[in-house]
Amino acid sequence: MKLIYEKSIPGRRGMRPAQSDVPAGNNINPEWRREKEAKLPELGEVDVVRHFTGLSKGNFGVDTYFYPLGSCTMKYNPKSSERIAGFSGFADLHPLLGDMPKGGALSQGALQVLYEIDLMMREITGMAAFTTQPLAGAHGELTGILTMAAYHREKKNQKSKLIIPDSSHGTNPASGAVAGYELVLVPSDENGVIDLGALKKTVDDQVAGLMLTCPNTLGLFNPHIKEICDLIHGVDGLMYYDGANMNAIVGKARPGDMGFDIVHLNLHKTFATPHGGGGPGAGPVGVIEKLEQFLPVPIVVRNNDGSYGLDYHRPKSIGKIAPFYGNFGVILKSYVYILMLGKEGLERVSENAVLNTNYIKEKLKDYYDLPVPGLCKHECVFSASRQMKLGVHAIDIAKGLIDRGFHPPTVYFPLTVREALMIEPTETESKETIDAFIEAMIDIAKTAQTDPDSLHASPTTTIVGRMDETTAARNLNIACLD
Amino acid sequence: MANEDLKYTESHEWARQEGDVVTVGLSDYAVEQLGDIVFLELPSVGDQVTKGAPFGAIESVKAAADIYAPVSGEVAEVNEALPDEPELFKTDCFGQAWLIKIKPSDPAQWDSLMDTAAYAEHVRGQ
Repeated sequence: MKLIYEKSIPGRRGMRPAQSDVPAGNNINPEWRREKEAKLPELGEVDVVRHFTGLSKGNFGVDTYFYPLGSCTMKYNPKSSERIAGFSGFADLHPLLGDMPKGGALSQGALQVLYEIDLMMREITGMAAFTTQPLAGAHGELTGILTMAAYHREKKNQKSKLIIPDSSHGTNPASGAVAGYELVLVPSDENGVIDLGALKKTVDDQVAGLMLTCPNTLGLFNPHIKEICDLIHGVDGLMYYDGANMNAIVGKARPGDMGFDIVHLNLHKTFATPHGGGGPGAGPVGVIEKLEQFLPVPIVVRNNDGSYGLDYHRPKSIGKIAPFYGNFGVILKSYVYILMLGKEGLERVSENAVLNTNYIKEKLKDYYDLPVPGLCKHECVFSASRQMKLGVHAIDIAKGLIDRGFHPPTVYFPLTVREALMIEPTETESKETIDAFIEAMIDIAKTAQTDPDSLHASPTTTIVGRMDETTAARNLNIACLD
Repeated sequence: MANEDLKYTESHEWARQEGDVVTVGLSDYAVEQLGDIVFLELPSVGDQVTKGAPFGAIESVKAAADIYAPVSGEVAEVNEALPDEPELFKTDCFGQAWLIKIKPSDPAQWDSLMDTAAYAEHVRGQ
């Protein structure tokens, strides 16, 4: 497939504007004037349209295929929320309008959305207040850990360590390190959850807090949360809830009731907004009452006359963490989604997400190794160790699925499982689709025994075949047009 | 087997005693598990390393991992060429793909490492 620049023919145009009869002004400061013509591809309109339509046909997305990418919650995103996010009253709003006195007349609707989704998220998580600023899950983690640090600074606590279980999300250690903490990794026990004995040994008065992904990356709910919370609170540490796997418990259980102090939600996962390919996401952070004063500025408030405005006067705030109020379009879509589903609908989300996962796990357990047997939550992790003995690795199974019309699951994560295949079907798939996926996985397990080479050759049905990831990573070839 | 003189860690580093330095590398098992290696970060000569603590990082197409020191001491030499030739892990992980040489601060730590037979047993249990 050619790049659009490779299709360029010098001098070709899609349209030619009429000759201007107004003399060209030349009052732009020379140091700001470009010296060379911009290097743009030169094509006719129809060729541009065909180029990009062709690219869109190569897309592998939720709107075209089942996408059981573990840990990413690639649920179907309803088109109604897309439509509302496109309303010009929202989409064309200038982000600074909210800074007019008392929130300004034109931004009242948008401010109301931010105000009300804050209330909804409080209800869903059991937290006392939220900021909608963080632009992604990991950004929410950083915001949460900076809030944690602000709390300890305010109390003059001397804290240096942050505890992270080895079954946590990969971004947790990075967020803790960026916030300046020394990381203490705690291993999992034979049941796949944090090893309580090992945890007890690491907890001392230097511990600022603990980041828990629950359910964890094995899809397992931690049965010792109360004990872990008591242990951390005992040294005035704070409990951080990584909400990346909230889809497993939304509507059923609230981190605030379990004893967590800080929560981030991945709106783009649990609350159904498009993601993948780098964004945009939204990772709002909620905190309990004693941490509210440290949240980023501004906070949306309801004025006495019922109008909405922005409160910047928060002297203990950690400051601004992102421009304006976060990815407003994403927040708005989630707001619509939550209103559409309501309390009963959200409960059914987690029920069906968990049911679908356990159905897949039961149907496939005779064909793939299960590192941790028993019930799981919203995702299940298989190991391809049995197939590895036949020369077929997790990556070959992933590529074989593409040829069978499915997006691969997450592979080689979590790191605690060898040749991991991490499957998260979500609640939005029909039984027919899930059965077809199960059939494809069984077909691959059989092919691994009879014809492993055909899996090594996959994918063969795509525009490009198997990528050479090693050469791509070792020999970066990045061109910049001058 | 030519690697009889090697000792190993549970985290799959090998160590070889040569005069007053200990050479460190990654075992064939570790290399096989990681897959094709694409990035390597090593310490500098003169850095202090601590037994059981990470001294470097390695990244493959599958995963990123820390590399742990088998013994404590000062880094005496670093395989500067290796980050540019990661394919050496595949062809000669016990030879040309050595990582660093450590001047041990506590020679007794050598005895706490696994010998070849114990390591083979450890790998079987993985």
